[in-house]
Amino acid sequence: MSDFPQTPPKQSWTFSNDVNAEIRRAAATGIYDIRGGGSKRKLPHFDDLLFLGASISRYPLEGYREKCATDVWLGTRYAKNPIHLDIPVTIAGMSFGALSGPAKEALGRGASAAGTSTTTGDGGMTEEERGHSKTLVYQYLPSRYGMNPDDLRRADAIEIVVGQGAKPGGGGMLLGQKISDRVAQMRNLPKGIDQRSACRHPDWTGPDDLEIKILELREITNWEKPIYIKVGGARPYYDTALAVKAGADVVVLDGMQGGTAATQDVFIENVGMPILACIPQAVKALQDLGMHRKVQLIVSGGIRSGADVAKAMALGADAVAIGSAALIALGDNDPALEAEYKKLGTTAGAYDDWHEGKDPAGITTQDPELFKRFDPILGGRRLKNYLKVMTLEAQTIARACGKNHLHNLEPEDLCALTIEAAAMAGVPLAGTNWIPGKNGF
Amino acid sequence: MQTFDLSAQGLRALNSTLHGLKGQTNQTAWEIINPKGAHAIAVGLDAPVDVTVRGSTGYYCAGMNKQATVRIKGSAGPGVAENMMSGTVIIDGDASQYAGATGRGGLLVIKGNASSRCGISMKGIDIVVHGNIGHMSAFMAQSGNLVVLGDAGDALGDSLYEARMFVRGSVKSLGADCVEKEMRPEHIAILADLLKRGEADHLAKPEEFKRYGSARKLYNFNIDNASSY
Repeated sequence: MSDFPQTPPKQSWTFSNDVNAEIRRAAATGIYDIRGGGSKRKLPHFDDLLFLGASISRYPLEGYREKCATDVWLGTRYAKNPIHLDIPVTIAGMSFGALSGPAKEALGRGASAAGTSTTTGDGGMTEEERGHSKTLVYQYLPSRYGMNPDDLRRADAIEIVVGQGAKPGGGGMLLGQKISDRVAQMRNLPKGIDQRSACRHPDWTGPDDLEIKILELREITNWEKPIYIKVGGARPYYDTALAVKAGADVVVLDGMQGGTAATQDVFIENVGMPILACIPQAVKALQDLGMHRKVQLIVSGGIRSGADVAKAMALGADAVAIGSAALIALGDNDPALEAEYKKLGTTAGAYDDWHEGKDPAGITTQDPELFKRFDPILGGRRLKNYLKVMTLEAQTIARACGKNHLHNLEPEDLCALTIEAAAMAGVPLAGTNWIPGKNGF
Repeated sequence: MQTFDLSAQGLRALNSTLHGLKGQTNQTAWEIINPKGAHAIAVGLDAPVDVTVRGSTGYYCAGMNKQATVRIKGSAGPGVAENMMSGTVIIDGDASQYAGATGRGGLLVIKGNASSRCGISMKGIDIVVHGNIGHMSAFMAQSGNLVVLGDAGDALGDSLYEARMFVRGSVKSLGADCVEKEMRPEHIAILADLLKRGEADHLAKPEEFKRYGSARKLYNFNIDNASSY
């Protein structure tokens, strides 16, 4: 019998090594996997889109010579003091608590130097970020940790957080190991206990209530501040329409690649939609209401480069926000720290146990010994460089498409590499005039 | 006493005028007439002034109050005194949902009943309710005191942290991790002070109340507690 060839060992696609490892981990611990970051799946994304560039039918602009503007106004609908940014790449909300004080300072430094805004997070506003952020967006969250009217008034804009892309419909949990004295004091809770961030706001439910909540916030701040509403990528058409109806100046839309400080892996990977699928739906809602460009749209979730910025804007966004990419620019997951990642049982590029507070880069931690390693001035400089590069990249593409402002990029500049991306983005499959779902096909 | 006719002069003018009373002002007593259930009346105040609203209010009256004393001569809509920092808010009638939500300081007195989620996520505020409170009150309450002279609805103090609750009447049910606790002399003293400041010391004695608080079993995640949620 040994003369016959044997069937080679075959791994199951369904029960892959990764899946089996998770089953064994769950069986051993009795706890679901909690981690930071966004979806790690291979999702339809901006990589599946290409720009067509100029040709005989349209002419390009000269690089380094002809102007391609990048500025953006946010909050022009109702706010007395709308925000004007030099570049359309903003820093997404990330909390003090999830991040160290020096990391928040670096975000403020880098964003300000590049001419853009940064955003607080759950846990309130710190002096580090207010002091170093020329333009600071103050998040108004369900937990209301650290919420007070003085910080509301010294913010440049207010972002009412309804949801986020990593976990639409979910709250948060900052585990006890990251609850230092300072974090505990800001959140009015004892040190060392897990801090649940609620999934719903405590004093309003639904769009009609939200309209009244916005009225209250506007009255408290003298109608000066732009009011953003942030939603996770769940039902972007209806969420955008309802946010506009409730009186938002700006809609912030976060796809499932958007990061979180900590939540269940099963939530991150199975709830919500990729940002590529969300943007056209939100833009359509704005267009149907006659509010496109009047209520601005900021999109986030997996933005990594100027190409991603340009593609998001070509699909109709006014600006983008980055979170995970900003942390990487600061030094998160740097291979230079590989020996320390190994000690934590992981590797550079894969480290996502931010909730444990042991970040060797000193960014997602409250351990003074660890966050002392992080230099906020150097971190700020790195972030500024990265933001500038993204902007230059986006301008390069826009000029190639013959656009003298990033906002002039349009869906007609794009084609898709896959049928899925063509259907989601509403642009033709490359080499065809076929947009799945359009014109009855 | 300064009188402000809300229906004639409008909400923006009202709040703008009250926000202007910072620092030294001789205009420390205000009366708002014709509120007609308007939302966001007297929100974001930050001065030691007395404001009396003659009638019932809509959502978020006295929201985020600092220093001011606001009296509502009627009933209050949802979210009255939400996120109050300091000062006093007194409601002669009933209060709708989320009264005193996320309040950080000051005193909220409700002379009628309060609806559901009274004191939700409270973070240091003191609330005295002369009547009953609805379900899910003091949900995830972090700190401060909730005093109820009447009865409490279902799931009182669900998932609460360090807030104290004193209930004189019946409690329909306790929420997850909420338990009855021993009433010690220091609690009697706290309660006596709250009853006095809440204009309720002629209605009830501290010894008539039971104290409720957190069993602190859910403070750190444990899979064996999953059935509690």
